[in-house]
Amino acid sequence: MAKLVSLAEGVADLVRDGDVVALEGFTHLIPFAAGHEIIRQGRQDLTLVRMTPDVIYDQLIGAGCARRLVFSWGGNPGVGSLHRFRDAVQHAWPRPLELEEHSHAGMANRYVAGASGLPFAVLRGYTGTDLPGHTTNIRPITCPFTGETLTAVPALRPDVTVVHAQRADRNGTVQMWGITGVQKEAVLAAHRSLVTVEEIVDELEPVPGQVVLPGWAVTAVAEVPGGAHPSYAHGYSVRDNDFYRAWDAVSRHRDTFRAWLDEHVHGAGAMA
Amino acid sequence: MADWTADEMMTVAAARQLRDDTACFVGIGLPSTAANLARATHAPNLVLIYESGCLGAKPDRLPLSIGDGILADTADAVVSVPEVFNYWLQPGRIDVGFLGAAQLDRYGNINTTVVGGDYDAPTVRLPGAGGAPEIAASCGEVVVIVRQDLRTFTERVDFVTSVGYGTGPGDRERLGLRGGGPRVVITDLGVLEPDPITCELTLTRLHPGVTREQARAATGWDLAVAEGLATGEPPTARELTVLRALEATKSDGRRP
Repeated sequence: MAKLVSLAEGVADLVRDGDVVALEGFTHLIPFAAGHEIIRQGRQDLTLVRMTPDVIYDQLIGAGCARRLVFSWGGNPGVGSLHRFRDAVQHAWPRPLELEEHSHAGMANRYVAGASGLPFAVLRGYTGTDLPGHTTNIRPITCPFTGETLTAVPALRPDVTVVHAQRADRNGTVQMWGITGVQKEAVLAAHRSLVTVEEIVDELEPVPGQVVLPGWAVTAVAEVPGGAHPSYAHGYSVRDNDFYRAWDAVSRHRDTFRAWLDEHVHGAGAMA
Repeated sequence: MADWTADEMMTVAAARQLRDDTACFVGIGLPSTAANLARATHAPNLVLIYESGCLGAKPDRLPLSIGDGILADTADAVVSVPEVFNYWLQPGRIDVGFLGAAQLDRYGNINTTVVGGDYDAPTVRLPGAGGAPEIAASCGEVVVIVRQDLRTFTERVDFVTSVGYGTGPGDRERLGLRGGGPRVVITDLGVLEPDPITCELTLTRLHPGVTREQARAATGWDLAVAEGLATGEPPTARELTVLRALEATKSDGRRP
C-alpha cells in the first residue's frame, strides 16, 4: 500500500542527491509542484529523465539541480526555446549539463523495457540519423528470426519517478485519465515513485479511459491540489497558456530567472 | 499588393497537399495549422494524429500545444505514447507525416538538433528529435513545411535528425526505411518536390508574386528548377476566411 505523505516529506524521503529522476507528464499532468519542492530542498547532481523536458526542467536546470539530462525534445511547447536549458548547454550555466539524446519512440520504448523487467527494447528507428553517433545507448541489433537490423535501447529504470494524477484513494491507488503520456510506464519502471494528486477521496469512481495504478505499485502519494500548474489536470483545471508565453521572457536572462525562482519557488514555501 | 501574407500562402499550399480520408501525423505549429485548415475545408475526414496519444482529434480551435485538452476531448481514441509510436506509426498505419525543420538540405534531410560548432558545444541548441526521426522513416510520405532562407536551406544540415533521401538515390532503401520519404516541401516562396531520378529537391511551383531568382537566392545550394515551373493558385476567399478564423482562436490564452 502506498504511503500518504506531504509533498515535502515525499520529496525528502524519495528523491536523493545523485539520483536518476523522471518527472513525466505529456503537456498534461506535469508535476510542477513536486519539481519546485525538489528545487527548494536543494537536490544536486540529478540525472533528469523526461521525454519532453519543458518548463519544469528549465527551472530545475536553471536552479542547478541537474548534472545530466536524458531526453528526446527540449522546448517550450507552442512557444519556442527553453532558455535555461540552452544556457546550460551553450554556456555551462549554472553548471555544465551532460546530454543523452533520443527520439520520442526511443525514450518511450526505454520506459516500456524498464516497466517490463527487460534489459532492452527493440524498435525500428534512428536509422540514418546522427543520433546513434552521439548516444552510446542506441545500438544496432540483428533480429534472430529474420536477420533484419533493428535498434536496441537499454531499459530506463529511474531511481524515482514523480507524476501528477487526478485522484487517489486512501490506499494510494491512483486514477488518471486524459492524455497519459508515458506516466504509467515511467512509474512501473522506477525503483521508487511519488504521485501527487489533485485530491484524495474515500472511494474512486470509475472514469472512462482511466489508467489505474494500484496502491501497492506506488511508493507514496501526496495530495497537492493544483500541483500541475501551469500545465493542467483534465477535469480539474485548464492549461495556463499565459504562463508558458510569459516564461519565454522570464527565462531569457539569468537575473530575471533568479528573481522569479526566489519569489515563486524559494519564497513560496512547501505546499501541503 | 496581395491581400494575403506569405505565411498564409504557405499554410494554404500545405493544407492543399493533404487528401481527405487519409491519416496524418501532425506536429504543433505550422503543420497543425495547415492540417486543421485542410480538415475545415477540402478534407473533412482527414484523421489527425498527435504524438501525445490523440488519434482522430477534431479540435474546433487551434491547439496551443501537442497535448492541449481539446485534442483529447475530441479524439476517436486517446492512447499512451508508447502505443502511438509502436502500434500506429512504426507499422506504417499513418499515410502522411507532416514536419517542420530548422535546417533542410537538397535531399530533404532535416535538422532540429544543433546548429553550428559541434554537438557538444553548438552555436544554437535546438529542441531535438521528438517524434520526427520515426515519422520521417515510417509514414507513407512526408510533407515538410518550412520558411525558405539561407539559414534554413543549407547545402548540408549540421545534424541529421530525420532522414529525407539521405545521400541520394537508393539511400532510404539501403537504410531500411519503410516510408516513402519527403514527397513535397512547402515554403513561403513556393513548392519543391524530389526529382524522380536524382532525389534532389527541385523547385516545381512558385507562389504568386514570387520569382525563381528570389527562390534561388534564398537557397544555400544551386537550386534545381523544373522545366515546367508553374505558379500556384493564390488562396481562395474561403481558405483565407477559415484560416484567419482558426488563427483567431489562438489569441485567447485563457482557453485550455
